[in-house]
Amino acid sequence: MIDLLGNLFTLATHAVPPAAHGAAPDAAAAIPSALTLPVVFLPLLSCVLIGLCAAFRVKTKLPAWITVACIGAAFVCTLLLYTNTHGAEKPGVLTAWEWLAFKPRGWPAFVANFAFYIDSLTLLWMLFVTGLATLIALYASEYMAGDVGPGYCRFYAAFSLFVFSMACLVMGDNLVLLYLGWEGVGLCSYLLIGYFYKKDSAVAAAKKAFVMNRIGDLGLALGIWLTYVQFGTVRYAELWPLIEPYTRLALGGHLDQVPFLVQLIPVLFTVGAFGKSAQIPLYVWLPDAMEGPTPVSALIHAATMVTAGVYLVARFLPLYFASEWALPIVAWIGTLTALLAATIGMAQFDIKRIMAYSTVSQLGYMFAGLGVTALASHEGAAGGVFHVFTHAFFKATLFLCCGAVMHGFAGQLDLRKLSGVMWMKGWGIVGVAMLIGCLNLAGFAFTAGFFSKDIILAEAFTNPRTSAIGWILLITAGLTAYYTFRVFFRVFVGPKYYEPGDELHGHGGDDHGHDHGHGHGAGDHGHGHGAGGFHPHAPGWAINLVLAVLAIASLAAAIAYPVHWVQDLAHNASTYMVLGEAAHGGHGADAGHGHAAAHGTFLGMDPHKVMYYVSSIVGLAGIAIAAYLHLLGRTTAAKSRADGLLPYLGPIPKWAQNKWYVDELYGFLVYWPLKAVAHISYLLDKLLIDGLLVNGAGWLPKAGGRSLRPTQSGVLHDYALKMAAGVGVILVIAAAAMARSAANGGTP
Amino acid sequence: MTDLALAIAQADFPLPMPGATLYHYLLVSALMFAIGVIGFVSRRNLIIMFLCTELMFQAAGIALIAFSRFHLNHTGEAFVIFVLTVAAAEAALALALVVLLFRRKETLDASSWAELKG
Repeated sequence: MIDLLGNLFTLATHAVPPAAHGAAPDAAAAIPSALTLPVVFLPLLSCVLIGLCAAFRVKTKLPAWITVACIGAAFVCTLLLYTNTHGAEKPGVLTAWEWLAFKPRGWPAFVANFAFYIDSLTLLWMLFVTGLATLIALYASEYMAGDVGPGYCRFYAAFSLFVFSMACLVMGDNLVLLYLGWEGVGLCSYLLIGYFYKKDSAVAAAKKAFVMNRIGDLGLALGIWLTYVQFGTVRYAELWPLIEPYTRLALGGHLDQVPFLVQLIPVLFTVGAFGKSAQIPLYVWLPDAMEGPTPVSALIHAATMVTAGVYLVARFLPLYFASEWALPIVAWIGTLTALLAATIGMAQFDIKRIMAYSTVSQLGYMFAGLGVTALASHEGAAGGVFHVFTHAFFKATLFLCCGAVMHGFAGQLDLRKLSGVMWMKGWGIVGVAMLIGCLNLAGFAFTAGFFSKDIILAEAFTNPRTSAIGWILLITAGLTAYYTFRVFFRVFVGPKYYEPGDELHGHGGDDHGHDHGHGHGAGDHGHGHGAGGFHPHAPGWAINLVLAVLAIASLAAAIAYPVHWVQDLAHNASTYMVLGEAAHGGHGADAGHGHAAAHGTFLGMDPHKVMYYVSSIVGLAGIAIAAYLHLLGRTTAAKSRADGLLPYLGPIPKWAQNKWYVDELYGFLVYWPLKAVAHISYLLDKLLIDGLLVNGAGWLPKAGGRSLRPTQSGVLHDYALKMAAGVGVILVIAAAAMARSAANGGTP
Repeated sequence: MTDLALAIAQADFPLPMPGATLYHYLLVSALMFAIGVIGFVSRRNLIIMFLCTELMFQAAGIALIAFSRFHLNHTGEAFVIFVLTVAAAEAALALALVVLLFRRKETLDASSWAELKG
C-alpha cells in the first residue's frame, strides 16, 4: 500500500533553503514520503471507499471500520514519522506533486505545490488530530448506530474528509494549501453540523457556522494575498527568511521601521483565526454548532478544527512580533472571549452547550496564552500550544461523556432533569471519565489542564503590561472550575433521577425518520417524559473503551509538562528558530520587550513559582462553590441551593442565560439593517426596475400602436389616398431638391 | 450586345409620328397615370377601380417604351411585354376576386369591405 502510494506520485524531498542565521537547519532533512503521504491520503482514501459504500447501499457498520482503520493507520504513520525524524528536529518539505505555478506579468512567480512541511509543530498537531479522530470514529461507530445505512456513510465520509482537510491545513507547505484545508474543514463542519438536516435548528446552525466562518475566511484570504504581494511567495520555507529581518527589527525596538503592509498581514490572519476558532466577535456559531452529532462536536468543534486558528497564529508568530497591533489584539480578544464565554457557560442548562461555551472560553485562553507568552518573553507559543494539546484530550473526553449521556437518555441534555448518572448501573466508566475531564478543565492540581493553564497565567503575570490579562484569566479559571463542576455535581452525582429526552419521538432522524438516540430495538421505547417504561441505555464497549483511553490520555498528557515534551516541540518549530536568537540579541534594546526587561510580579511574588498554588486555590474554590451550591443538600434534580441565590442576583443570571443578548445585538446591528436594505431593494426592483423599465418598455410600443391604430381605417380609398399623398410629398421633395441643385449650378 | 442586335437597335427606323418627342410621350404617360390615380381614389366601383389600376400600369408601360426608344435600348420594351403578360394574368385573378366579393355582399362598392379596421 505504502509502496504503491510512493510510486503513484512523483516525489521529491527538498531541504528548507538555508536561512541567513546559524540556527537554521543547514542539513537537508529527509522526510520519508512513505510515512508522510499516508497521513494525508489515507483519510481521503477512506472518504472515497465510504462513497463506494454509499453507492452500493452498505447497511452495516463497514464505513466505521474503514474510517477507524484508515485514520488509525494515519496515526501510526504520524507516530513513525515522529520517531523517524526525531520529532522533526530538521524540518523538511516533501512535494507530492506540482499544483499551482504561474507567473503574472510584473509579479514574482506564484508557486504553491501540493507539498508538506514537516516540523515539530506540524507533527504535534497531526499526532493529536489523527489520534483523537481514530478514537472518536470508534466511539461514533456505536453512537451513530441508529443511522446505519445512508446516514452512517454520509457521517463517516464527511468525517474522513475532515481529517484529510485538517491534514492539508496543518501539513501544507504553503498558505494556499493551508487555505484549501481551511475551507475543507469548514465545509465538513457545515456538512456535519447539518447532519440532522430534517431539523430546522440544525440547518440554521450549519448556515450560521458557514457564514460566520466566511467572514473570517475573507480576512485570511486577504492576508494570503497580501503575503504574496509583500513577500512574493506563499511557501513557508521561503517565507521565514523573508520575515526574519522584520522580526529582528521589531525585537530590536524598531517596530516603526516595519512597513505598514507587513504589519497588516498578521492582523488579517487574526481575523481568519478568530472566525475559525470562535473568538469575539465571530464566536456565536460555535455554541449553535452543537446541533451536530456529539462525536462531531468532540472532534471538530472542540479538539481539532477550532484549534486551526491557534495553529495559524502559532505558525506565523514571528510575523506577529513584527506587527504593532496583532499580538495585543490576539491576547486581549482571547482574554475577553475567555471571560465572556465562561459567564455564559455558568448560566446554561444544556450540558452540551455548557461544554461548547467552555470550548469558546478555552480557545480564548489559548489565544491569550499565545499573546502573553509572546508579549512577555518572546519564547514562542509554548503556553498556547500546550493548552491546545491538553484541551484536545480533556474536552474530547467531556464531550464524549455528554454524548454518552445524550445517547443513553434519549437526547436528554438538561442538567435539571438528570442526576446521579454515575451511580446508575453501567455508567461507572462514563462517570469517572467525566470526573477526570472536569478536573482537567477546572485546573485541578497536577492534571494536564492545570499545567497548561498555569503556563499561560504565569506568563501573563510575568510582564507588568499583561497583568490585567492575567487577572481576568485567573477569574475565568475560577468561573471555569465552577461551571464545570456544576455539570458534574448536578448530572453525575447526587440522588439518582432521570427524565428521558424527547428523541423517542424521532425528531431529527436521518433518512428513515428515526433518531440516532435509539438504535437498539424499538420494544422499550413507546413512551415520553416521565413515563415508567424507559430504561437508560448504558454505553456499550466502544464508547466505554474510547472514554477509558481518552480519560487515561488526558491524565497522561500531564506528563508532557515536567518532561517539556510539548513545550520543546513548540519551541523547536522551525518558525521560531529566529525568535530564540533574536530575543537574546535584542536583550535590553527596548525596556518594554525582552525578558530581561522589568519582570512582573504576582502580588510581589515570582509568578512562575506561586502560580501553581494560586491557580490550584482558585480552581479548588470554584469546585467548592459548585459543590456547596449544587451537590450538598440537593435532594432533587431540578432544584439546588443555587436557586436560593437568584433573588440576590437580579436579572444577571437571565441575561447570562440569554447569552448576554449578543445574538440579538447582531440581529439588531446586522440582520435587521440588511433586511431593511433588502426590503428597500425589493421595492426599488418592484417599482423602478419592474414598473418603470420593464413594464415601461412594454407599454411604449403598446401606446404607440394604440395611437397609430386609427390610421388603419380598413377603407380601401383611404389607403389609396394616403399612398397617393405620400407619393405626392416625395415628388414635391424631389422636385424641390432638383430645383435647388439646378439653382446651385447643376451639381446635386 | 451582339453586333446584330446593335445594328438593329441603331437602324434608322421610320418614326411613327414625326415631330413627337420624348416629352410628348411622357406627358401622355403622366396624364394617363394621373387619370388612373384620380379614378382609383374617387370611384367606389371595384371594377372601375381595377380598370384604373390597369390605366396606371399602361401609363408606366408607355413611359418605359418611350425611354427605351429614346435610349435605343430594348430592355424597356422587353420589360413592358412582361408587364402586359403579368397584367393579363392579374386581371383574370382580380376579376375572379371581384366576382367572389360580389357573391358575398351583392355589391361592388369597395367601402363595404372594411373589416381590417385597426
